[in-house]
Amino acid sequence: MGPLVPDIIGNEFNLILAMIIGIFFGVILEQAGFSTSKKLVGLFYGYDFTVLRVFFTAGFTAMIGIIVLDHFGLIDTNLIYINPYFVGPSIVGGLIMGLGFVIGGFCPGTSVCAAAIGKIDAMYFIIGSVIGIFIFAEGYPLWEDFFKSGNLGNPQMFDTLGLSQSMFAFLLTAIALLTYWGTSIIENKVNGIKKPAFRFTPYYISLAAMGLIISVSAFMFPPREDYFFEKIEDIAFVNSYPLAEMTVDEFAFKIVNKDPRMVIIDFRPIEEYKKESLPNSKSFSVDNFFEKEPDRMLRIRNNTYVFAAESELDERKMAFIATEIGYKNIKILKGGLKNFRKEILNFEPTEPSNKIEETTFKFRETAKVVIPKLIKDNKSAGPVVKKLKRVVGGC
Amino acid sequence: MKDTKYMNSYVAGVLLGILLIATFYISGRGLGASGAIKSVAVTTVHAVASSHTDNTQFYQEYTKSHGENPLKSWLVFEVFGVLIGAFLSGLYSDRVGLKLEKGPNTKTKYRIAGAIIGGALFGFGSQLGRGCTSGSALSGMAVMSTGGIITMLAIFGGGFLFAYFFRKLWI
Repeated sequence: MGPLVPDIIGNEFNLILAMIIGIFFGVILEQAGFSTSKKLVGLFYGYDFTVLRVFFTAGFTAMIGIIVLDHFGLIDTNLIYINPYFVGPSIVGGLIMGLGFVIGGFCPGTSVCAAAIGKIDAMYFIIGSVIGIFIFAEGYPLWEDFFKSGNLGNPQMFDTLGLSQSMFAFLLTAIALLTYWGTSIIENKVNGIKKPAFRFTPYYISLAAMGLIISVSAFMFPPREDYFFEKIEDIAFVNSYPLAEMTVDEFAFKIVNKDPRMVIIDFRPIEEYKKESLPNSKSFSVDNFFEKEPDRMLRIRNNTYVFAAESELDERKMAFIATEIGYKNIKILKGGLKNFRKEILNFEPTEPSNKIEETTFKFRETAKVVIPKLIKDNKSAGPVVKKLKRVVGGC
Repeated sequence: MKDTKYMNSYVAGVLLGILLIATFYISGRGLGASGAIKSVAVTTVHAVASSHTDNTQFYQEYTKSHGENPLKSWLVFEVFGVLIGAFLSGLYSDRVGLKLEKGPNTKTKYRIAGAIIGGALFGFGSQLGRGCTSGSALSGMAVMSTGGIITMLAIFGGGFLFAYFFRKLWI
């Protein structure tokens, strides 16, 4: 599960990858025409909207890509860098950058790209940027309060607007498509081109079709969690979903014999888990499934993971999600912990009617004594520890 | 026409988008640029006056969040890559050569002054806005972050807002 840094790819190798990513970044920017200030500022004077087209297309392609990765559980979106939102500084900083853009003709990334191929104006722009940052650093006490004001954390736009993620992604791509169309009209007008901006040629039709498919696809890939949470609302569906079961007797037997291959995944609330828990058990919440750390924990081969919750239905819900995500060797405890308590911990012997019952009952008598002791001795391992930190990014 | 030599903007956009996805998948972060320039700025100041950086709050906070050696950062390596990539691409398309570009009615000295002042404003603004067009606007849009999208709107909005006053520089 991504991001691959820091555990699959080490920090040193990450720097080498950074350079390789940079090379691609440089090639694409240069090939797109971002190495000339005249093309860049064309956006603001209506004669060349290349910047806007490349920028918007890149933005929503990446957005949809990350939505798809998230949908298939390939990236843990809790770990990736989400730019913080400081209301005032974001807006004022942005406006200052806009002003710098029209006066200087570049932005930092494009100036580096242009300087690489020998644009002298870009080299001056970079010198200017260093000076600007120097001024910011030296005068820091003057604007520190403003710089740190209006901190709203790391919200995402759909939350801010109160939309669903899919809806927002759809709207954004739709706006982008309309913008392409609108700006083409302006561009042609400014440059005195008489042809209409959109013609029914295969090129334009396939472009529009691609754009539409991408924007509608936002709805095909809802955030993973939302999809599963909706599914488990349907109780009949959850009950009919095929899952391996384990009887309370087998469960108790393995506990008594301290079977190291059986890991109990406990879905009770953490407060209850802390109070008392079974040996070799781990406390889990449904959110853990979508995080990177538990991912490795549930994938040890030869282990059997027994999902335990108060009711069997809750176990089934969790096991359904886990199975769909792709975890193997999952069993649910038949009848839930409720049944386990009734049949094992508070076992009331009755007259056995056959040989099998007799053996079973005898075992239960022993388990009834042994297991509470094991519970008492078991130090709770606590919840899944999140060692992973969000990646630090930005400028 | 010279422009035809450039890549189709939509193709370039999709490629850039794919690169951005790969960047997030590998490193958990987006692309950036101004951060690297900041590393250079901080290193320069440190080399010239190390006692100054040790006693000034901004540099202290920077060292705290970025580690001891500012040049050994992800963004610096990435921007170094940009230099290489852009140069190779320029060689390939025969666009390498020292050249100062300016509007048709602008004197060279105004263009140079504009580039320095514009750069300074952009550098300053990128610190205040916590990222530039790449780090904040583009990468922010990819992860749908409110901060990034607001900054993006402000950058382009600001550009259109102020464009009229500087039209002599360009057209």
